[in-house]
Amino acid sequence: MKAQKNSKFSETLLLQGHIIDSLTFSKVLDRIMERGGRFSIDEIHVGQRKNERSRALLQVGAGTQGRLDELLKELRNLGAEVLEKEDVRLAPAPKDGVFPEGFYATTNLETWVRLKGRWVRVRTEQMDAGIRVNRARSSAETVRFGGVKRGDLFVIGHHGVKVVPLERPRDAALFEFMTSDASTEKPKTVFIRQIADAIRQTRRQSPPGKVLVVAGPAVVHTGAHKDLAWLIERGFVQVLFAGNALAAHDLEADLFGTSLGLSLTSGAVTHGGHEHHLRAINLIRRVGSIREAVKRRKVRGGIMAACVRKKIPFVLAGSIRDDGPLPEVLTDVLEAQRAMRRELEGVQVAIMLATTLHSVAVGNLLPARVRTICVDMNPSSVTKLSDRGTWQSIGLVTDVGYFLRQLREDLTR
Amino acid sequence: MPRVLMCPPSHYAIRYEINPWMKITHTVNPAAARRQWDALSSLLRRLGVSVTLIPQRKGSPDMVFTANAGIARGRTFIPSHFRYRERQAESAAFTRFFKRKGYRVVDAAKGLYFEGEGDLLSYRDMLWGGFRYRSELSAHEKVSAALGKRLVSLELAQPRFYHLDTCFFPLDERTILYYPGAFDAYGRRVIRRFAENPVAVGKADAHRFACNAYRVGRKVVLNEVSRALKRRLHALGYQAAETPTSEFVKAGGSVKCLLLKL
Repeated sequence: MKAQKNSKFSETLLLQGHIIDSLTFSKVLDRIMERGGRFSIDEIHVGQRKNERSRALLQVGAGTQGRLDELLKELRNLGAEVLEKEDVRLAPAPKDGVFPEGFYATTNLETWVRLKGRWVRVRTEQMDAGIRVNRARSSAETVRFGGVKRGDLFVIGHHGVKVVPLERPRDAALFEFMTSDASTEKPKTVFIRQIADAIRQTRRQSPPGKVLVVAGPAVVHTGAHKDLAWLIERGFVQVLFAGNALAAHDLEADLFGTSLGLSLTSGAVTHGGHEHHLRAINLIRRVGSIREAVKRRKVRGGIMAACVRKKIPFVLAGSIRDDGPLPEVLTDVLEAQRAMRRELEGVQVAIMLATTLHSVAVGNLLPARVRTICVDMNPSSVTKLSDRGTWQSIGLVTDVGYFLRQLREDLTR
Repeated sequence: MPRVLMCPPSHYAIRYEINPWMKITHTVNPAAARRQWDALSSLLRRLGVSVTLIPQRKGSPDMVFTANAGIARGRTFIPSHFRYRERQAESAAFTRFFKRKGYRVVDAAKGLYFEGEGDLLSYRDMLWGGFRYRSELSAHEKVSAALGKRLVSLELAQPRFYHLDTCFFPLDERTILYYPGAFDAYGRRVIRRFAENPVAVGKADAHRFACNAYRVGRKVVLNEVSRALKRRLHALGYQAAETPTSEFVKAGGSVKCLLLKL
C-alpha cells in the first residue's frame, strides 16, 4: 500500500462500517490519489462475519491546507470521520528561566502547533528550546531557558504539535545523500566540488542565501587562514562565528607570521614565539578593537581583516581558557548565543571548520533545513555534531587546510 | 397483510425547489393530484394492502411523500432528519403520529441527515443505503447498526435521482431493478455483486420513475412505463399495475415515495 506520512498538512480519518462490501474503502483511497493527496493506513480491521463492521484509520495528507480541506470535504461525504485533533496544552512558566514541568522540547525541524483549532507555524525553529505561545496573537515561537519569563505560556506534552520532516531535495546533488556518516573513505575532491556548487547556488538565489562559517584555530595553524580570507573577500561567506583563539592566531599570523609561535612558512619555532599571540591580543586591546586595528591598518591581512573590510558580521564567543580575551569577544555565553541567533537569519549553508564544541553549539541553533557541512581531521568531531542532533549535517574527515585550498580552487573555476 | 402509511394531498404543491424536478413555475393541479392519489390508494387497497393515513401538515407540501418520514420496523420507528429546512417540520409531525400509535421512537440518526425509506431499502437480509444528495452514509451506518443489519452503501451520482428509491427497486428476493445511470462505477459493481438478478432499467423508464415502485404479490404498482419494461416484468413473473403519478413526478416522486412500509 502506498504510504506517505510526510505531507505538510494531514489529518487522521476514521472509516467504519461496511466499507469493504460497499467498496467505500477502495473509493476513499482512489479519491485521495485522484486528487493528488497522500495516505497511509495506520490501522485496519476487516469484519469477518456478515454483520460485523470493518474499521480503518488512515492519515490523509495534501500539499496545501486548502487542498486538504477540499479532499476532506469529499471524504466526509463518503462517511469518513475526521478525528478531531487536540489543541496544544499550555502551562505557565513557574519563574524566569524555568520551563513548566513537562514542557515540549523542540527539534530543529519545522514545527506547527494547533491553537484554537488552527495550525500555526512556530517561529525560529531551533532544537532544545520550549515553544512559547501568545494566545491573543495566535502565534508561537521557540524560546530557550534564558528567554523564559515567569507566567509565559509554554506547550506541554505532545498533543497538538506537528513536526514536518525534511524533504529530500530532488536534484541528485550533494545533499541528496544527506548523511552524517563520517568516513575517511569518501571521495573528497568530488565532495568539495559539490560544496562549492552548493555555495554558488545559494548565492545565486534571489534574495541570495547566506553562508555561515564556524571556524576553529586549526584553520590558522594549517595556514588556511589565507584561503578563508579569500573566500570572505570574494563574497562567498556572509557570517563568521568563532572563538577568541581563531581571531587571536589570525591576528598573530598577520602581525608576526606565526601561529602559536610556529612560523607559518618554515614551521620553525621562533624566538619568543609563544608570546606572539599574547602580544597580538595586547596590541588589539590597546587599540580598542579588531575593527579599529584594521581601520588603522595595524592589521592588514587575514580572516578578521577581511571580515572588517567586507563588513561581514562576526561573533566571537569566549571560553574559560581564553587569553585576553580580544575586545570583541563576548564572554557572557547567553549574550553570545543571542548574538549568534541574530546573525542566523537567512543562513542556508553552514560550514563548520575544525571545531568541535563550537560546531555543536551552532548546530543546536540551526533549523534543520540549513545545509550543514562539518570538516574535521577527527572523525569523532564530525560524528559528535550529528550525535548531538544536527543529523542533517554532512561530515568530511579531512585536513581543514586541504579542504579550504580545494574549495578556493573550485570556487575560482 | 402488507401495511403502508400514506398522506392524502390536502396541501400538496410546489412551493420551493430542492431537487431538479421541482420548478415553482410548474404548478400542480390540486384536483388532478388528488385524483391520482386516490386512484393509487384505492388500487393498493384493492390489492389487499392496508393503508393507514396521516393528515398533511399545512406548511409541509412534501409530506405526501411519506417514504421519507423514517423507517418503521415492527413497533419501532426511526425518524428522519431532513437535509433541507423546507422539509424539516415534517419530522415532528411524523414522530408524534408514530408515538401516538404506540411505536417506540429510536432516534438512531441523531445529528445526521437521514431521509428514511427514501434512501434505505431492504433486500434479503441486508439494507441498501443511498447517500450524497440527501442522506449521509454515516446515518445509514447508525440506522443499520440499530436494526442489526448489514449495510451496503451506494453513492448516488445524478441529482435527478436524489433518493435511492428513485433509481433502485428490490423487486423480490432475487431481482433488483435499477437505473445504472444513477450510480457511479463503484455503485454499479456493488449492485451487480450483491443482487442475484440485477435488471437494468432504461433512461426513459427511469425518468418516468419506473424504479419508484411497490410490489404486492405478483403485481408491481408503478407509474406508466414502457411496454418493454412491462414485458420484462412479465418475464420475471409479474404484472405491471400502472397508475398515473404525473402530478407527483413534478415534485420528484412517484408510487414508492407516496408510501411508507409499516
